[in-house]
Amino acid sequence: MTDAISSKTLPRRKPSFQFSEKHLPIAMVMPSLIIILLVVGVPMAYSLYLSFTDFTFTTAKNVHFIGLENYYTLLFKDELFWPVFGRTILFTTIAVNVEFLLGLGIAQLMARAVRGQSLARTLMMMPMMFAPILIGLQFKWFFNAEIGLVNNILYAITGQQQNIPWLIDGKLGFITLLVAEIWMSTPFMAIILEAGLLSLPTDPFEAADIDGASGWQKFQLITLPLLMPFVYTAMAIRSLDIARAYDVVNIMTGGGPGNRTELMWTYVNRLAFGGQQFAMGTAMSYITVIFSFIFTYMLFQNVLKSRWAGDMEE
Amino acid sequence: MSTETTPLKKRHRRDRWTNLASDVALWVIMLIFFLPVFWIILTSVRDRTEITSFPPVWIPTGLNIDSYLILFGFPTPEGAFDMGGAIPLAKYATNSSVIALVSTFFALVFGTLAGYVFSRFKFKGKNGIYLGMMLARAIPGIALSLPLFIVFARTGLSDTIQGMIITYTALNIPFTTWLMDGFFRAIPKELDEAARIDGCSLWQAFLNISLPLALPGVAAAGIFAFLTSWNEFALASIITRTAHSRTFPPALLEFTSSFVSDWRGMTALSVLMLIPAVIFVALVQRQLLEGLTSGATKG
Repeated sequence: MTDAISSKTLPRRKPSFQFSEKHLPIAMVMPSLIIILLVVGVPMAYSLYLSFTDFTFTTAKNVHFIGLENYYTLLFKDELFWPVFGRTILFTTIAVNVEFLLGLGIAQLMARAVRGQSLARTLMMMPMMFAPILIGLQFKWFFNAEIGLVNNILYAITGQQQNIPWLIDGKLGFITLLVAEIWMSTPFMAIILEAGLLSLPTDPFEAADIDGASGWQKFQLITLPLLMPFVYTAMAIRSLDIARAYDVVNIMTGGGPGNRTELMWTYVNRLAFGGQQFAMGTAMSYITVIFSFIFTYMLFQNVLKSRWAGDMEE
Repeated sequence: MSTETTPLKKRHRRDRWTNLASDVALWVIMLIFFLPVFWIILTSVRDRTEITSFPPVWIPTGLNIDSYLILFGFPTPEGAFDMGGAIPLAKYATNSSVIALVSTFFALVFGTLAGYVFSRFKFKGKNGIYLGMMLARAIPGIALSLPLFIVFARTGLSDTIQGMIITYTALNIPFTTWLMDGFFRAIPKELDEAARIDGCSLWQAFLNISLPLALPGVAAAGIFAFLTSWNEFALASIITRTAHSRTFPPALLEFTSSFVSDWRGMTALSVLMLIPAVIFVALVQRQLLEGLTSGATKG
């Protein structure tokens, strides 16, 4: 903006300097753009092309363009696709909502805790440092039917030996995966929301106290609206990491037994590397990409709106 | 006035009990979240037979660090059971550290530059580029791993440390940009403008005015990038094939799929993998929190 005005009013003394100055912002973004284009853009374009072919590792020399056939097969002929799709929607919906509610509850408790606030926060952060693959491994062991911690605790409580097959049964397996996912991601929600609660102004609460508002009214009418920017931030970051569930599921059940805990991400892996249908795997992977984009767009647009409100007015 | 003090007093008395109750609830929840971590550490220093025994042994009968000695290749009384030869732990540690640190460094440099531009300038296509970067980050690792598997095999980047560094740099740039954008927004534009009036070039204003003020943000973004690189699995399991470039997460999977009965070895390896992450986060916990929420507060 200022550049445009100054170049009109002042004589241009150093043309080369002006040139670089004007283009410096673009030059500063370029390295990031180029790397992302090379590592993400180009491969994903290639992947899109592959999803329209019958490419497999054994027929790599003889590839045919088959249009939308892979997508058609997945959507209309594949018996597993819709159950897997539905399970993934159910899984992410339950996970994100439970994580949000639990996170909000924990954040409230942490924000009002008198002592040990920072110790609580540090302990809370532990799951954030774990690799998802590590979390999957630990929970696989905790839920082991014979030597797992969970069955041992149940034994200690009930006094009877429990051999509940947590990871073998389809329904229990789904719940077990959810527990691991919620353990992994709730702390993050809690910590962001706690920071939000601590930054809220106190005046509205004092005013509400004088007016005799109940705790629930204060929460509903003051806390929640003021907390929304933090909720958006937490959700936005969460949306970027939603596919981390792949690591957990991959190692805990691998989608099994018999596809009963299969999610879209493990299904990509199964098709591409397990089933020798690489092109079909890329088609499936594009469905997960679209899923992620919709999810990200839904959660991210509020953040961008609030952050860039000034920029967009022009 | 006097009519109002009584309910307020009553409220305070009730508050003491609700405070106590909420503190208790908080610590119970903390315990549930921390219990798995505690159990892993405890198991890694147990006697091996205690893990599979029934009825379960809750308190270890003695300290036993054989699992760590085995991992580091020292001779132990128990021998290197179940392991079929030493695992190249030092190599994995070096690979993981080099890849995580170098890719974090590049992501910070490029992401900070981009974040500064997004926070300070308006230009054509800005919203599109920004959204594109975020969507690039939203692509599931497993979806990106399929084409990278082929592209890297053809370009000779498969199973190389360079390939991993480039990949993780690209993976971390969008989020770094996003965090730094929020941080630079928190720094008044007027500081930059004043420096420009005093004769600083744009580059000098960035380097001498804005960047030093945004250093806590750089620390936060750095932690996030480091943790992402250190813990990433989906791409690492595809790009790395051998110990030449293999990082901890795929090594961990390899370790357990071949020696599934050695749960103690698994917990010991987990603890080793957790230590650098814990140190890193402990160092800049405050900045991390500020970095994550600055976007929200400055919204």
